[in-house]
Amino acid sequence: MDFAAAFLVQIVYGVANLALIGLGLAIIFGMMRVINLAHGEFLMIGGYTVVVATNKGVNIWIAILVLAPLVVAAIGVVVERVLIRFLYGRTVDTLLATWGLSLLLVGIVTAIFGPQTATTLSPPIGAFQIGDYGSSGYELFIIAITAALFAGIYALLRFSKLGLLARGTMQRADMAAALGVSTSRIYMLTFGLGAAVTGLAGGLLAPITGVVPTIGASYIAKAFITVISGGAAILAGTGTAAILLGAMNNVITFLAGPTFGEVALLAAAIVILRLMPNGITGRYFRRSL
Amino acid sequence: MSRAAEDRWLIALAVLGVVTMVGAPQVLQLFTIINLTTAIGLALLGLSLGLIWGYGGILCFGQTAFFGAGAYTYAVAAQNWGDTTGAIVAAVLAAAAVAAALGYFMFWGRISDVYLGVTTLTVTLIFFNLLRRTSGPDYRIGRALLGGFNGTAAPPLRLPWDDRVILSPQAMFYVASGVLLLAFFGCVALVRSRFGRVCVAIRENETRAELLGYDSRLYKLGLFSIGGGLAGLAGVLVANGIGRVTPDLFNLSYAAQAIIWVIVGGRGTLIGPVLGAFGVFWLTSWLGTQSYFNSNMVLGLVLILFVLLLPRGVVPALVELATRRRRGALGRAERLRARRPKAGPRRALQPAE
Repeated sequence: MDFAAAFLVQIVYGVANLALIGLGLAIIFGMMRVINLAHGEFLMIGGYTVVVATNKGVNIWIAILVLAPLVVAAIGVVVERVLIRFLYGRTVDTLLATWGLSLLLVGIVTAIFGPQTATTLSPPIGAFQIGDYGSSGYELFIIAITAALFAGIYALLRFSKLGLLARGTMQRADMAAALGVSTSRIYMLTFGLGAAVTGLAGGLLAPITGVVPTIGASYIAKAFITVISGGAAILAGTGTAAILLGAMNNVITFLAGPTFGEVALLAAAIVILRLMPNGITGRYFRRSL
Repeated sequence: MSRAAEDRWLIALAVLGVVTMVGAPQVLQLFTIINLTTAIGLALLGLSLGLIWGYGGILCFGQTAFFGAGAYTYAVAAQNWGDTTGAIVAAVLAAAAVAAALGYFMFWGRISDVYLGVTTLTVTLIFFNLLRRTSGPDYRIGRALLGGFNGTAAPPLRLPWDDRVILSPQAMFYVASGVLLLAFFGCVALVRSRFGRVCVAIRENETRAELLGYDSRLYKLGLFSIGGGLAGLAGVLVANGIGRVTPDLFNLSYAAQAIIWVIVGGRGTLIGPVLGAFGVFWLTSWLGTQSYFNSNMVLGLVLILFVLLLPRGVVPALVELATRRRRGALGRAERLRARRPKAGPRRALQPAE
């Protein structure tokens, strides 16, 4: 019984982890059909922000929950203005340009902080016991934050004026522009929002994984798989794909070890794409957010 | 460029290639020759990507998946069999098979450009993560330990008819350049064949090609598998140049470099990616000798600048420049002639749209 509870927590954490890593990418992809290949580097910079800020004596909670999203959002807005803006409608070129950006960011961070792992942080919440099994309190916190993020973004898109304009721009950019919406500003803001969520995710994960300049590469495969299997609907897509893939990954990891867990993740994603080329939300839940 | 002009260029290129192949080991130092062998392997990888991206319109970000698969198959097979000729064949077939399997899912799922790029990239990254975890005695294929992060040894090439003789670095250079030349002209012949023309038609307008009765999935799968096989062969060459195969062959930086070679050299040409590979290889070696900029930073900037300012790449831009110049010269002659009074009105003929 205790074991079942501990295992369940692990599965839920696996799902939350995938959803958290993928959400920022999904916001940008869902809104603008732009796949940001520098997504992993945005996560990495979120992590570095937390490490640098705590080393300077900033409270770790402020560093994770406030500074990391702000810094990465600022970078995101700048990137959108000087790079992505010129490439809307040229999907392939956007991919290539953000890949260049990814290399550039890795290069810059390596030049500043060196190629080795930065000082590791310990998670600010300790472990606790479920019967005989230990579980990490910080992982529970991440699960809670991920749920709150999904709820917050849903509320923002569904109920606020900005959300209405954003959804309108997403569905028919030309029509929204004709009605007087500054689509360019909406794009800038959504890119900033996606970057902020990504920065938060990177900050949250930094105490668990540590940070290296090249850590982005270990995130992006999972983030891409989640977002692409999910399809265009931001929340429903990322959510369903994360549940499906995360649960499967954890069960197979438990049965056959982490190596096969990763292979199963990939195999499942490829089969999903074969059956549903536009992702899960390309076939089911089509009208969802 | 007209077919005749292209033929002249190709003949000049073939002569230049053979002269370099024969001459380089006489002139250059051993160290340079060994480095060049690796560069030639990478150029072959660039050629394979240039073939499927430039002529099939297949946006493959994970060409390194087949490159690494070829290298690993070669190393494992050569360690087990002792003979390297069979190992090369196995490597090419295995890489082509991986490409065919992946291509089946992607082309029959009819997924679009963006998804294709990201899926292939994900595949190579998963291979990378997977092989990094294979340390320890449990992960072995026959006699070959996979060796996790440190990889496994790639036995040097041996003579096909006498497997006691190991090829010298010079001989290895001849093999590599010979392979690159053959592969290059093989690709030229391929894109000029009926098959290649159908692939270009599909790249230009898939719906139209399908309406004309071509099964675009089948043609794309064929081209993708050929590209995968070539990438596998490139993996064999690079494994020989380095002497080891490591999970790094699958990593993001090789995958990114392959894309950069094609972008810089030019999509839709075969020589562009090859030149791009040599150019970037030279650039990164040079960057390794100084400490102001690291190569990631410079390569990232190069990629961004090319996408923004010269998205078609160097070779197509040069060809266009040359053509325009020639046209400009012709145009001047035409204008001079037009100044003389002519009998009858001149009428411009516009093709009916």
